[in-house]
Amino acid sequence: MKIIFEKSIKNRRGVTLPKNDVPVNAAIPEKYARKSPPELCEISELDAVRHFTALSRKNYGVDTNFYPLGSCTMKYNPKICEKIAGMGGFAGIHPVFGRLIMNNGASWTHGAMTVLHNLEDLLCRITGMDAFTLQPMAGAHGEFTGMAVIAAYHRKKGNRKTVVLIPDEAHGTNPSSAAAAGYKVRTVPTDPKTGILEIEALKAAMDENVAAVMMTNPNTLGLFNPRIKEIADIAHSYDALLYYDGANLNAIMGKFRPGDGGFDVVHLNLHKTFGTPHGGGGPGAGPVGVKSILEPFLPVPRLAAKSSAGKTGAHFEFSDDYPDSIGPVAPFYGNFSVCLKAYVYILMMGGKGLTEVSEQAVLSANYIMHSLKDYYDVPFLKTCMHECVLTAKRQAERGVGAADIAKGLIDRGIHPPTVYFPLVVKEALMIEPTETESKETLDEFIAAMIDIAKCAETDPESLKRAPVTTPLGRLNEAKAAKDMDVAFL
Amino acid sequence: MIPDGLKYSKSHEWVKLDGGVATVGITDHAQDTLGDITFVELPKVGAGLTKEGEAGVIESVKAASDLLSPVTGEVVSVNGTIEMAPEKINSDPYGGGWLYTVKIADMSEVDGLMDAASYGKYLETC
Amino acid sequence: MSYVSITPEQRQEMLRVCGVSAIGELFADVPASLAPPADEFWETGGLSELEVLAECERLTSKNHTAAMTSFLGGGFYDHYIPAAIDAITSRSEFYTSYTPYQPELSQGTLQAIYEYQSQICRLTGMEISNASLYDGGTAIFEACNMAAAHTSRRKIVVDKGVNPIYRKMLRAHSAGLDIEIVEIPVLGGGSLDRGGFAGAVDDSAAAVVLQNPNFFGIVDDHSDIVDKCKEKGVMTIQSVYPVALALIKTPAEQGFDIAVGEGQSLGIPLSFGGPYLGFIGTKKTLVRRMPGRIAARAEDVNGKPGFVLSLQAREQHIRREKATSNICTNSALCALRAHIYLSLIGKEGLTEVASLCHNKAIYARERIGSVPGVKVSKQPIFNEFLVELPMGALECVRALAGVGGGFAAGIPAGLFGGDCFGAGVNTDNMLIVAVTEKRTKEEIDSFVDNLAQVIKL
Repeated sequence: MKIIFEKSIKNRRGVTLPKNDVPVNAAIPEKYARKSPPELCEISELDAVRHFTALSRKNYGVDTNFYPLGSCTMKYNPKICEKIAGMGGFAGIHPVFGRLIMNNGASWTHGAMTVLHNLEDLLCRITGMDAFTLQPMAGAHGEFTGMAVIAAYHRKKGNRKTVVLIPDEAHGTNPSSAAAAGYKVRTVPTDPKTGILEIEALKAAMDENVAAVMMTNPNTLGLFNPRIKEIADIAHSYDALLYYDGANLNAIMGKFRPGDGGFDVVHLNLHKTFGTPHGGGGPGAGPVGVKSILEPFLPVPRLAAKSSAGKTGAHFEFSDDYPDSIGPVAPFYGNFSVCLKAYVYILMMGGKGLTEVSEQAVLSANYIMHSLKDYYDVPFLKTCMHECVLTAKRQAERGVGAADIAKGLIDRGIHPPTVYFPLVVKEALMIEPTETESKETLDEFIAAMIDIAKCAETDPESLKRAPVTTPLGRLNEAKAAKDMDVAFL
Repeated sequence: MIPDGLKYSKSHEWVKLDGGVATVGITDHAQDTLGDITFVELPKVGAGLTKEGEAGVIESVKAASDLLSPVTGEVVSVNGTIEMAPEKINSDPYGGGWLYTVKIADMSEVDGLMDAASYGKYLETC
Repeated sequence: MSYVSITPEQRQEMLRVCGVSAIGELFADVPASLAPPADEFWETGGLSELEVLAECERLTSKNHTAAMTSFLGGGFYDHYIPAAIDAITSRSEFYTSYTPYQPELSQGTLQAIYEYQSQICRLTGMEISNASLYDGGTAIFEACNMAAAHTSRRKIVVDKGVNPIYRKMLRAHSAGLDIEIVEIPVLGGGSLDRGGFAGAVDDSAAAVVLQNPNFFGIVDDHSDIVDKCKEKGVMTIQSVYPVALALIKTPAEQGFDIAVGEGQSLGIPLSFGGPYLGFIGTKKTLVRRMPGRIAARAEDVNGKPGFVLSLQAREQHIRREKATSNICTNSALCALRAHIYLSLIGKEGLTEVASLCHNKAIYARERIGSVPGVKVSKQPIFNEFLVELPMGALECVRALAGVGGGFAAGIPAGLFGGDCFGAGVNTDNMLIVAVTEKRTKEEIDSFVDNLAQVIKL
């Protein structure tokens, strides 16, 4: 398919604009002017619509195919959320209105502020934390923000701590975000028998330099660490804080709240757990919740509810008046429209619905694991949470690696699971079905996986050639990295 | 493939001695584990390296790792041709895929490296 | 409504396969002592679509901004968004997909990213671009981080004409990284203090950060600063307003190493602060310092052309604590919107949008400048300018909000830009007014008439 610039025809227009209605026809002074206009394409609206529609048809999405990508929680994205986020009364608001007060002392944007306030409150209830900021613009940005809050806490106390402890199975963003906040990373090994961080390993790695322990629970192997309270106690005994990577929250809503388990900071991925779409790689939102000891360090501006005498209900105000704050991490109040979609999602669910979400997500993952355990090796064969990790070790002996299985699934109409992650499992296949998939879909996936396992025995070459049903076969990434053609100029 | 006559480090570098100067590369096992190598960043000539310290970076399509120096010393020369053609490291790790040469500061460090037989045994544990 | 479609019978069957009799058994690892409190929240069910819609309509009625005629800018602008953008981006093959890790299933997203990267390069004049960053503020931070890594220096010199919000974000993001930030105040009229700025640039600096047009709307040519930086081995970063780039000198024409900016003005709704789009462009030689995703042309096994995510070894999922950035999820769908906007509006269209903004702003500045007691800057501008009122800017904004259909008169400089100037400059009466192609002559005239009334009172 042609690049859009190759479809450009001189003097073709896609949009017309109103005539200039002011009696000024000024040019930018030559010293400051661009020599020639940017070489943008010249196409009609129909050309553009056809081009992008054709591109869209070369994509898999949750709306087109089963997408059991582990750690990414590719659940169905309810359409009502999109509809509400698109309402002019929300989408059209300039953010500076949030900082202006009407003559009667009320806010210009009470409705939008109510959304933010209510969402902060709901997230506190769901996670057991005391306060939330909605500013972080993605999960990794939330991790950075949480780490920066931890650093500010230690600075304020005069603690000189330089290290963050992270289990070896952690998401890549964890060590990367800890480093972004200025910490050195100390990796703690996961117990090869149990698949979780064991108390002894933690104790061996702890010392006075540790500022925080960063964990995912359930972890990336899909396993819940039942001794989380002890872990918290050990961390706290060194004045280290416990950080919860909320990427896996879809497993435990209504069953466990990080705040009750001793976690001091949590980030959530609204685009995973709370049903907002991933958008082909974003935008998401990564709100951060903290215990009250850390609240003074949260990013400003913070939303404050003020009740004034003689008025019904609260009114809201953004305040910068938090001297210990780490400062703003977003230009305004975070990715508002993503937060709005998550708010709508939570209203649609209620606490009961969220519990049902986690129950079904966990049941569906276990169902897949048990249905496939005779065909694939399971490194930790015990109850998993919202995702299960298999290994293609057995298949790899026949020359069929996790990548080949992934490509084989593509030919069977299914988006592959996450492969080669977590790194602690060789030939890992990390499967997260989510709660929104029907049993029929799960059964189709199971049948496809069994078919592939059999194929690995009888006709491994066919898997190594896969995919053959897509417009393109496997792509040569090494050549692409060497050629480095990253723009059409 | 583990040629005799070379010394090997635990981080999968090989060392070929020529008097007080060592030629350094990565082993066949290392290139195989990395897969198609797309980029290599070599140390600068004259740079001081320390044993097990960073000497550069090597990248493949799906992985990246630091090159660790097997010995302490000063870089004498680098293999400029592999910066343009890093795939040479895949095709000829012990020959045309060499990385750099280093003037060894402390010959006793070489004694701590493995010979081909013990590197072979070491690989079985990896 | 939990969108779960498994029936009770199917659930029983699934439990049986798992070898348990009740769902609770699957959560046996969660200690009972850690169960959430049995409060009302967990016992409450969800609402129907109808109820949620009604609630949200009630909430939008509590936002009073829709009817306002807005002159708010400050880096975030009320430009027209062609209808086709919403139509195209609502194709769920785009918005319900993940990061394109499996290229065979993601050629649509990958080609769109590649084309978007091309658009950013054409707009800024730079050689390469990434797939997007969160926003213009984090883009400045990422650029500074690139420069610090590349030069092995720790000092960043920032002009206070850079958006004050972004300067605060830069501090928040670099607080733990042993980076020293030196900020140089602007002159009284809001323009760059060339002497002061050049004086702060020495060979211990990793980078300088400038903005064009700056926070007060002033257009500049920073070539002289760039030349001075090159002598000292200092990298140069310019934050730009993409619509203005149709008319004003590109970062590349001025010799900058890295161009960054906020892409909101390219077809992305204001949405009360986000999501927005950070863009970054630079030279090919710096590609391995680049944060985030990059799409590249590739070939499949049969030699057919396609696209992949390339140079992933820079990124957090491979490089972990040594990655160029921790960014994972970015602003892909906003980048798609910007790409569609630039495709639809086209070469002539973007120049027209920019000219309309410029002419209307010049007209508004002349008219406002003719109001007795009001002073306006005479500096070269694009579509935004500084006004000095004979009254408090906050008070003026409040008053104008209540007249006619309501005017959002501009951003009181004291609210965001109070720290931009050196000592002795009082910003209380300063207002920053922005004009886009959406404002008509009638609206501008009515705004100025009402401003004159408010000032007289």
